[in-house]
Amino acid sequence: MGLFAMTKRALANVIAKPATLMYPVKPAKQFERSRGMLTITIEDCIYCGLCSRHCPAEAIVVSKEDRTWQVDRLRCIICAQCVDICPKSCLSIVPEYKKSVAKPPFVDLYQGPPAPPKPEKKAQEE
Amino acid sequence: MAGRQIVVPFGPQHPVLPEPIHLDLVLEDETVIEAVPSIGYIHRGLEKLVEKREYTDYIRIAERICGICSFTHSVTYAEAVEKTMGLEVPPRAHYIRTILMEYSRLHSHMLWLGLAADAMGFENLFMNSWRIREEILDDMEMATGGRVIQNLCTVGGIRKDVPDEMLGQMSDHLKEITPRMEELCKIFSHDSSVRHRMRGIGVLSKEEMWELGAVGPTARGSDLALDARCTGYSAYGELGFKPVVEKEGDCLARCIVRAKELMAAADLVHAAVRDMPDGPVDVGKIKGGPDGEAFVFTEQPRGEVLHYVKGNGTKHLVRHRVRTPTIANIPPLVKMLAGAELADVPIIVLTIDPCIGCMER
Repeated sequence: MGLFAMTKRALANVIAKPATLMYPVKPAKQFERSRGMLTITIEDCIYCGLCSRHCPAEAIVVSKEDRTWQVDRLRCIICAQCVDICPKSCLSIVPEYKKSVAKPPFVDLYQGPPAPPKPEKKAQEE
Repeated sequence: MAGRQIVVPFGPQHPVLPEPIHLDLVLEDETVIEAVPSIGYIHRGLEKLVEKREYTDYIRIAERICGICSFTHSVTYAEAVEKTMGLEVPPRAHYIRTILMEYSRLHSHMLWLGLAADAMGFENLFMNSWRIREEILDDMEMATGGRVIQNLCTVGGIRKDVPDEMLGQMSDHLKEITPRMEELCKIFSHDSSVRHRMRGIGVLSKEEMWELGAVGPTARGSDLALDARCTGYSAYGELGFKPVVEKEGDCLARCIVRAKELMAAADLVHAAVRDMPDGPVDVGKIKGGPDGEAFVFTEQPRGEVLHYVKGNGTKHLVRHRVRTPTIANIPPLVKMLAGAELADVPIIVLTIDPCIGCMER
């Protein structure tokens, strides 16, 4: 042993393939459960704001008037607390990472479709 | 001789320190007479945040107290809240928590062994430790979605069940890398350059460790069998566990304790996968808020951690207090440094495995 305890492993490592991946030539490892990025199906959103209220990092801003949902990618810690809390299950975590950007905006804004004409219907009924 | 004393600052920025701690080393020639630690460089005020976040959301913050022993923090916080609310967590959740706590011990010890090798200039061994660690991290990502921050634990159980096939796969993979971990352990205990660098420095006796309140591998390296896992929290009581101890009390003994704990952790994972019970993984919807107070101790990779929570029946806790193993290991460190050579200071500081982010929160 003594001096040469490491020799066997060092020789094995010389012959073996590298442990690292040639990223970005080869894609990074991903698993089905990997938490890469938070996404929303904006069509299903009811703008209740529960995700925003429960976000530990205060990364989400929801506006009911403008029908927008926005997430600050630099604040989001991808903890999936919003995914658990969403009553319409329209939030999800996907394994793909958000591509890095060099310039602002770092906030991703999702504009929802215009509100269905419910108030008009009520007016007609009345 | 007092006139010849000089003070050399060590840290907060130093190549061996992954995180900032400052020590004023009072030297006489090359010998350290006294070390005066000062902390407070990365205080983030996480304990105060408990008043602003609901107790179920706060577990995500509790997990992020530390970037290495994160899962243990979330389990400890969850157990403390469950204790105040009188929730009975299903056994399967306890077993899965135990498996992941042992996985985080594996990757934390592997990280430390790599850093220790790097601190003594043994680059090859550093790369080798981290190469094995990477495979452990991949398994954790497969099971939970996160390499270091798992986000799996929640108040009342775990969020998402880890299926039996996946657990079997993890256990099989761990069996595959166990020979390499044994080889790593042998290098740390037998290699002459490691022994030359670590043997006989930073020695503290069992009595001194006990008096100074050391915890974790720091205490176990001096034959002091202190391990919170013996109290049988989560599934440890059913799995049967014996703490790893070494007698010498020097830096090498603390290093060997960590290397041997790799094997102990792997055994615990295999035992837990073998005895895994079926059933639900959480208690379902929880009503009300935590009322009363609770203390919970668990064993982190670095030693014993204490979480204290106090609630008043609302959704917001009144107080959350954490006592991490690093703060308990600072007094033994100061004692170890007195009388050491200046060149040995980095390796002695490293052998308590300082986790400053955890300590200051």
